Amino acid sequence: MSRRSRLSRWVLAGYCVYLILPLYWLLTLALRSNADIAGVFELVPSNPTLANFAEILTNPVWYQGFVNSISYVLLNTLISVSVALPAAYVFSRYRFLGDRQLFFWLLTNRMAPPAVFLLPFFQLYSSIGLFDTPLAVALAHCLFTVPLSVWILEGFMSGVPTEIDDMARIDGHSFWFFFTRIFLPINRSAIGVTVFFCFMFSWVELLLARTLTGSEAKPIVVVMTRTVSASGMDWGVLAAASVFTVLPGILVVWFVRQHLVKGFALGRV
Amino acid sequence: MAQNKTQDNRAWLGVLPVMLIVAFSGVIPLMTVVNYSVQDILDFNTRFFVGFEWYRETLTDPRFIDAFLRQLGFSAAVLAIEIPLGIVIARGMPTQGLRASLLLVLLATPLLIPWNVVGTIWQIYARSDIGLLGVTLNEMGFAFNYTAEPLHAWLTLLATDIWHWTSLVALLAFAGLTSVPAACYQAAELDGASKWQVFRHVELPRLKGVLVIAVLLRLMDSFMIYTEPFVLTGGGPGNTTTFLSQYLATMAVGQFDLGPAAAFSVIYFLFILLFSWLFYASVMRSEEGS
Repeated sequence: MSRRSRLSRWVLAGYCVYLILPLYWLLTLALRSNADIAGVFELVPSNPTLANFAEILTNPVWYQGFVNSISYVLLNTLISVSVALPAAYVFSRYRFLGDRQLFFWLLTNRMAPPAVFLLPFFQLYSSIGLFDTPLAVALAHCLFTVPLSVWILEGFMSGVPTEIDDMARIDGHSFWFFFTRIFLPINRSAIGVTVFFCFMFSWVELLLARTLTGSEAKPIVVVMTRTVSASGMDWGVLAAASVFTVLPGILVVWFVRQHLVKGFALGRV
Repeated sequence: MAQNKTQDNRAWLGVLPVMLIVAFSGVIPLMTVVNYSVQDILDFNTRFFVGFEWYRETLTDPRFIDAFLRQLGFSAAVLAIEIPLGIVIARGMPTQGLRASLLLVLLATPLLIPWNVVGTIWQIYARSDIGLLGVTLNEMGFAFNYTAEPLHAWLTLLATDIWHWTSLVALLAFAGLTSVPAACYQAAELDGASKWQVFRHVELPRLKGVLVIAVLLRLMDSFMIYTEPFVLTGGGPGNTTTFLSQYLATMAVGQFDLGPAAAFSVIYFLFILLFSWLFYASVMRSEEGS
C-alpha cells in the first residue's frame, strides 16, 4: 500500500517494542522466586520456576478471585447484550416519540465517571441485599456497557437493509421467527464486537468492583491489590497473577479480530 | 440512522428493558447524589438542607482546584501525544496476512488488561530496584525514581497511559484508513502529490469521523483516570499525581463526607459533559462551515 511510508513503519516497529518490553518483563518476573527477584537483576531468568503459577492455581483465595471475576463478566455481558438487542433493533427501524433524545441520554451515561457512582451504588446495593454478590457488580457495570452495546449494535443494524424485514413478513414468518432465525444470524459479527466491548469494560474495571464486594465475591483484581498491602511485596506471585489476567483478553481478541476492524470502522466503540 | 423508518410508538416496548436497567443503575444513583449534594448529613436521621453551600465550598477548595488543573494538564498531554502517534502507527500497519493479524492482537492486548494490572506491570517495569526500565535508566546515569520525584512520577504515568491507550487511537485510525479507496491514492500519485499532501488532503478528511470518536473517548477516559495512578503512585509523591477521581474516591468512601463528595460528583460529571459537548459542537460547526 502506498500509504505505508518508511517513517510510519519504523514508528510502528518501535511502538511494538515499547508494547512488548513491559509484558516480557512481567513474564520473566512471574518465572522467578521472590528471593531471586530481590537478589539479582537479570534479563533472562537463570533459574526459572513455575512455583508462582502453582501458588495461584492451588490457593483458593487466588483462584476463587478468578471465578468471581469471570462470573460477573459473563453475567454483565449476558444482561447487556440481551437488553440491548431489542432496543438497538427498534432504534434502527422505527421513529418514535423522543427517540433521538433517548439515544443521546443513553450515551451520556458512558461519560459518567465511575467514581461519581461509588457512594450511591454502595448504598443502593447494600439496601437491597445484593452487596458482595457478582450480580451487584454486573448490574453496576451495566450502566456503562448497556449504552455502549446499544450504540454498537444500532450502528451495525442500521446497515442491514429494511427489505429483509419486509421479505420475512411477506413470506409469512412471525416477528419472533424473523428476529431470532434471520435477523440475529445476519448480525452475528455485530454481536461479537458487542461482546468484546462488554467483556473489555467489565473485565478491566476496578473501582466499582472493589467498592461493591467484600470478602465473598472478591474479584481477582481486588485480590491483587489487597495481597500487596497485606503480606508485603510478593512480586513473583503478583506477576504470575497478572499474567493470568492478561491471557483471557488475548484469547478474546484473537477470536474477534476480523470483526474488530469493522466495528472500529463504524466508529462505534 | 439514515434509512426510511416507520413511525411507531410501540417501539418503546423494545427500549423498555434498557430504560429499566439504566434507570436502576443510573438514574436512581444520580438522583441520590444530587439529593445529597444539597444537604448536610450528620447521620441518617439528622440532615439539613444547605442549598448550594457544598458547591461553593468545592469550587473554592484549593485541593479541588489543584486536582482539577493537574487533571487538565494530564488530559491535554495524553491527547497531544496519543492522537498523532496513533495516526502514524495506523499508517504503518499492513492490511493483510498473518503479520496483520498478529499486529492487531498485539495492539489490542493492552486494551484488555485490567487497569490495575496495567499499573502493576508498569510498577514492576519502572521501579528503580527490580524494574527493567528503572534499573536501565539508573545504570545509564539518570537518577530515576518515580516514587520520590514528581516529574518522574508524571512521566511514568504518561508513559503508562500511552502504553495502555494509544492502541485504541491506532485501531480506530486504522479502521478509518481501510475505507479510503485505492483509486484516491492512484489519483494523488498521478497528480504528483507528496506523502504529506496525500495524508493531508486524501486521508485526513476521511479519518475525521473516527478521529472525533478517538478524541472524545480519550478525553473522557483520561479525565476519569483512577486505577493506574492509584496502583502506580498512589497519588504521590505528596499529592502531585492525585487526579479528580482519586480525590473524589478518598472523600466519598475514605472519609464518608456525603454532602461535599456529592457536590464534587455533580460538578465533575457536568465538566465532562461540557468538554465533550464543546468539542462535539465545534467539530459540527466546522463541518457546516466547510
